[in-house]
Amino acid sequence: MAALLRVEGVSKSFRGLLALNDVSFDVVERGIAALIGPNGAGKTTLFNVIAGVFQPDNGAVHLGGAEITGRRPDEICHAGIGRTFQIVKPFAQMTVLENVTVAALHGAGTVASARAAARGFLEMLELDTKTAQHAANLTLPDRKRLEVARALATGPRLLLLDEVMAGLRPSETDRMVATLRGLRDETGLTILLIEHVMRAVMALSEHITVLHHGEKISEGPPERIVRDPAVLECYLGDQDR
Amino acid sequence: MNSLARFFRPLSPAGLWLGAAFLAVLLLLPLWAGSYVMTVATTVFYLALIGQSWNLMLGFAGLLSIGHALFVGIGAYTAAYLFAAVGLPPVVGVLPAIALAVLMGVLIGYLGFRFAIGGGYFALLTIAFAEFVRIVIDHVSWLGATEGFFLKVSSADRHGIDLVNLRGAPEMYYYLIMALALGALVLCRFLLRSRLGYYWQAIRDDAEAAEALGVNVLRYKMYAVIFSSGMAGVAGVFYAFYQNSLFPEIVFNIERSIEATLGSIVGGVGTLFGPIFGTFILTPLGEIVTEAIDLLKHWGVIDPQIKLDGLKLLIWSFIVVLIVLFKPKGLWPWVCSRLRLTRPEAEG
Repeated sequence: MAALLRVEGVSKSFRGLLALNDVSFDVVERGIAALIGPNGAGKTTLFNVIAGVFQPDNGAVHLGGAEITGRRPDEICHAGIGRTFQIVKPFAQMTVLENVTVAALHGAGTVASARAAARGFLEMLELDTKTAQHAANLTLPDRKRLEVARALATGPRLLLLDEVMAGLRPSETDRMVATLRGLRDETGLTILLIEHVMRAVMALSEHITVLHHGEKISEGPPERIVRDPAVLECYLGDQDR
Repeated sequence: MNSLARFFRPLSPAGLWLGAAFLAVLLLLPLWAGSYVMTVATTVFYLALIGQSWNLMLGFAGLLSIGHALFVGIGAYTAAYLFAAVGLPPVVGVLPAIALAVLMGVLIGYLGFRFAIGGGYFALLTIAFAEFVRIVIDHVSWLGATEGFFLKVSSADRHGIDLVNLRGAPEMYYYLIMALALGALVLCRFLLRSRLGYYWQAIRDDAEAAEALGVNVLRYKMYAVIFSSGMAGVAGVFYAFYQNSLFPEIVFNIERSIEATLGSIVGGVGTLFGPIFGTFILTPLGEIVTEAIDLLKHWGVIDPQIKLDGLKLLIWSFIVVLIVLFKPKGLWPWVCSRLRLTRPEAEG
């Protein structure tokens, strides 16, 4: 299958500290892929490079065959990448519905149609009873759901999810997993997720890339990754996460 | 639902009645008010218009300006100069006045946003430009320099209604600035419910998240500055033809810029009616303080020799401190919920 996202030899350093070292991997169209690794491995940095927040020092990022390296975050959103933030960034003084409406506006002709579309995404993420609440008053799991609803409302081809399961109860994690898989099956969305909740990673992903100290140390299907000695070594003492 | 009904939908029945009563009193004010009350009421609406413009930048888009007198002043000088030099009536002159005020806003905005000068530093940039323009005009002889720029007024101009040349009775100025201030309120409400308003609030709450959701942050910040400086420019045109004299020391004084912020802070930054509400509290209060001091001097309670010019500002500052401490969201949201002026599901 064709790669929707292609990351090629991406390196990024901050003040001499190498955060990403020559990282390459593909995410196939309609696939669900995971990016895992211990804390500080460079996962979020890589997301920020893909989403245009950081310029890579070397390497390139392609979406659907077109190079998107070095473009602004809003341009990359328009190109078809929706993202969530690990440290959630709700529009605190706006209501839940308004939060998602902002995201839906770029694909919508009018505010009214954007609001209607936003309601659909809120229903999908089980936030439809909280539409009139201010985002500042949401619990952390609800804020995580709001992040996902907003990212989805931009109408992405590729969804980047940064630890959206963190803080969810196991039953909630399972529901989120079902929602995401349903989305992929129904709409042909491609998903790349950073996740520490292995329950979700194993249930969802078809392909896993492992980062450690900014380098790719392994990649492959989940059943092979969990037996890879290199992966086990970097996770030693950290396996229960 | 027709658009008029939708416009008033956020108001509860109590809010509608109180709003109607408020409007009726203001419309009928010239019937019984003397010239002093008329002057104060005109000033209230003038400051409310500037407050509305300032609130659009900070309250909606999160951009703090402490140089709003700049946009007002540029509007004032442009329309006044074009009227005096080439006889361009202000009804047309308002267009180049808006254009120049907006141009200045775009220049400041571009420098600020392009080079990512955020928060307090952006505010400093607005102050710097206001001071810079004041000093320039201080030295431009064809704008009257420090001596001031004057528009000719004859006693015949003090009667009737000439909206083309902005000449007429005090009532005309009152109704005009009232229409402009209420028009700005309607415009702001329209903008807030549009794509622009959604994007502005998103940028205000979290610019990085807004950008990730496809919002061109620089462009939409610029739109906020454009609408805000344009509105302030209109206020400046009114000022020029109401006062008929422009002094750089007065027009561009930082006190004017601070004055522009106070009504909104007291009323509620980010609310639609807050700037008007706050101005309606502060300006009459300032007048009452001034009057009370004069009266006390007259009665000999205070030594008439003592100068108390700063007292009004001192009292205003004290009120602002109290508001920031106890009602940081401003008085209007509090009054709204206390008197149930808005429907629970709608925001002020």
